[in-house]
Amino acid sequence: MGFSRTAEQQEIREQTLRICADFGDDYWLRKDREGTFPEEFFRAMADGGWLGVAMPQEYGGAGLGITEASVMMQAVAESGACMSGASAIHMNIFGLNPVVVFGTEAQKRRMLPPLIAGADKACFGVTEPNVGLNTTELKTRAERVGDRYVVNGQKMWISTAQVATKILLLARTTPLDQVRKKTDGLSLFYTTLDRSKVEIRLIEKMGRHAVDSNMLFFDGLEIPEEDRIGEEGKGFRYILHGMNPERILIAAEAVGIGRAALAKASNYAKERIVFGRPIGQNQGIQHPLARCWAHLEAADLMTFKAAELYDQGQECGAEANAAKYLAGEAGFTAAETAVMTHGGMGYAQEYHVERYLRESLIPRIAPVSRELILSHIAERVLGLAKSY
Amino acid sequence: MKLLVPVKRVVDYNVKVRVKADGTGVETANVKMSMNPFDEIGVEEAVRLKEKGVATEIVAVSCGPAACAEQIRTALAMGADRGILVEHDGVLEPLAVAKLLKALVAKESPDLVILGKQAIDDDMNATGQMLAALLGWAQGTYASKIEAADGGLLVTREVDGGLERIQLKLPAIVTTDLRLNEPRYASLPNIMKARKKPIENVKPADLGVDVTPRLTVLKVAEPPTRQAGKKVASVAELVDKLRNEAKVI
Repeated sequence: MGFSRTAEQQEIREQTLRICADFGDDYWLRKDREGTFPEEFFRAMADGGWLGVAMPQEYGGAGLGITEASVMMQAVAESGACMSGASAIHMNIFGLNPVVVFGTEAQKRRMLPPLIAGADKACFGVTEPNVGLNTTELKTRAERVGDRYVVNGQKMWISTAQVATKILLLARTTPLDQVRKKTDGLSLFYTTLDRSKVEIRLIEKMGRHAVDSNMLFFDGLEIPEEDRIGEEGKGFRYILHGMNPERILIAAEAVGIGRAALAKASNYAKERIVFGRPIGQNQGIQHPLARCWAHLEAADLMTFKAAELYDQGQECGAEANAAKYLAGEAGFTAAETAVMTHGGMGYAQEYHVERYLRESLIPRIAPVSRELILSHIAERVLGLAKSY
Repeated sequence: MKLLVPVKRVVDYNVKVRVKADGTGVETANVKMSMNPFDEIGVEEAVRLKEKGVATEIVAVSCGPAACAEQIRTALAMGADRGILVEHDGVLEPLAVAKLLKALVAKESPDLVILGKQAIDDDMNATGQMLAALLGWAQGTYASKIEAADGGLLVTREVDGGLERIQLKLPAIVTTDLRLNEPRYASLPNIMKARKKPIENVKPADLGVDVTPRLTVLKVAEPPTRQAGKKVASVAELVDKLRNEAKVI
């Protein structure tokens, strides 16, 4: 395993940071206050071809790995864009991997290029109220009627649905009591988000106001058969395929947030003079910041270990989960420490660290809780009995 | 038209440079390095000339240590076609670089060389002019606009007190000023393409150029800390201080 980035990965980091430099902290603060989608940032990333970083070259992507995508997404978060920047483009980066792996040639030609070019925005429609992480219990139903499916049900925590043109949707095509295995009977679709058949209700939330989260109510959405990805009933397996990369990307972003917070805090600690000397000269300020650095860098190593394993086609479930766990905690602690280092000013929006703190909770919670990660590691790595 | 565009590896403009403890120069170890911003403007202008159909080929050149290949890669990602690295560890003064470039001009026969007006590390502002003198070519320095005209170039120069427009015959040397253009960001597809573009590696000796330094650096020191200013209450007080304290009027 290499501990340093290749020249190409460094170039990706540098160029991403350059684009992001045009969208500084004040831009993100304004977007957060207005609660409006960062369209200008999205456009800049799309125009530079960055959305296709991990998509195949024959469809307009760069054909790079999750390692390179992680380098790029980390740079986005680290620039101060945090999850507002990362979530705005997340779906375009890797969301359609199930189409890449399981879609037909015609589907790939139809679906991938507009997403890579940023002409389409997509949302990821998996989670539901009352189901939580128990994905096999999904209630949303896609009933087959001739050559179409008719969808009824609800989805919860669907990011970017306010601006999305497309949805990657997981819905039950065979009722749970008629399948042999619980994981069977779910199907995956990538289809147009027809607002006349889907009500999209915004969820008011703690942070990342620039990128919306929503409840979706499906009332007879019709999906043509050619929008079904892979075989009917196998959707759950297709979704699983993208879970590890998603965790790795989120981990990279969480480390990015932590680094952004740590940079702000160190800077403030150098400049803020109390009792005739900078507060950063006190070990009471220094040690928590230094500890944050150590935790962030350790989480970063685990993140890129997981990314490398994934790119080599090796099993990486434990590492991807551990990276998400470590990075989520390290990013949050760094953001919290940054606020505390700023004292009262840390609570003021103009110092930006309170925004970082609000957004640092997202990778701590999503896409999977800390507790379920620990249960997974206990069961799969340590061989302990399944607890849930 | 074939273009030669030299790009220099310098300390990134965002870095606050520190003088080495022994006073021989500035610290460059573990410091972020980038392409000289004026050279970036040169690459951008070359790429625009190519996009307009005026230029046919762009060759990016860098003189210095092996790591200069990074700056050449950046130029390739912006749109240059191929690169030449003149590899040399150690000091390269403007005259040495001008001689290296002259040798490359003899080898490559470009119609136009676009250089940055100066590099932000030593601010010499000399290489372009020296190259023009060594080659006996026309030169348009501090360019803020370049247009193809009558088989030559119409260059708008930023001079003291205004703008000057000059007509250059080709082959020629142009050095870029800040307002010539705003360089693009390399797109991801172009970064990928740049990996496949060739970079030729040569040594000063291969070009028959002696790059031995002619200058001796005596000492590099931080500029003195600026004293805090004074606030005056009235014009009369200001005049008084200028006359009696500063003794400038």
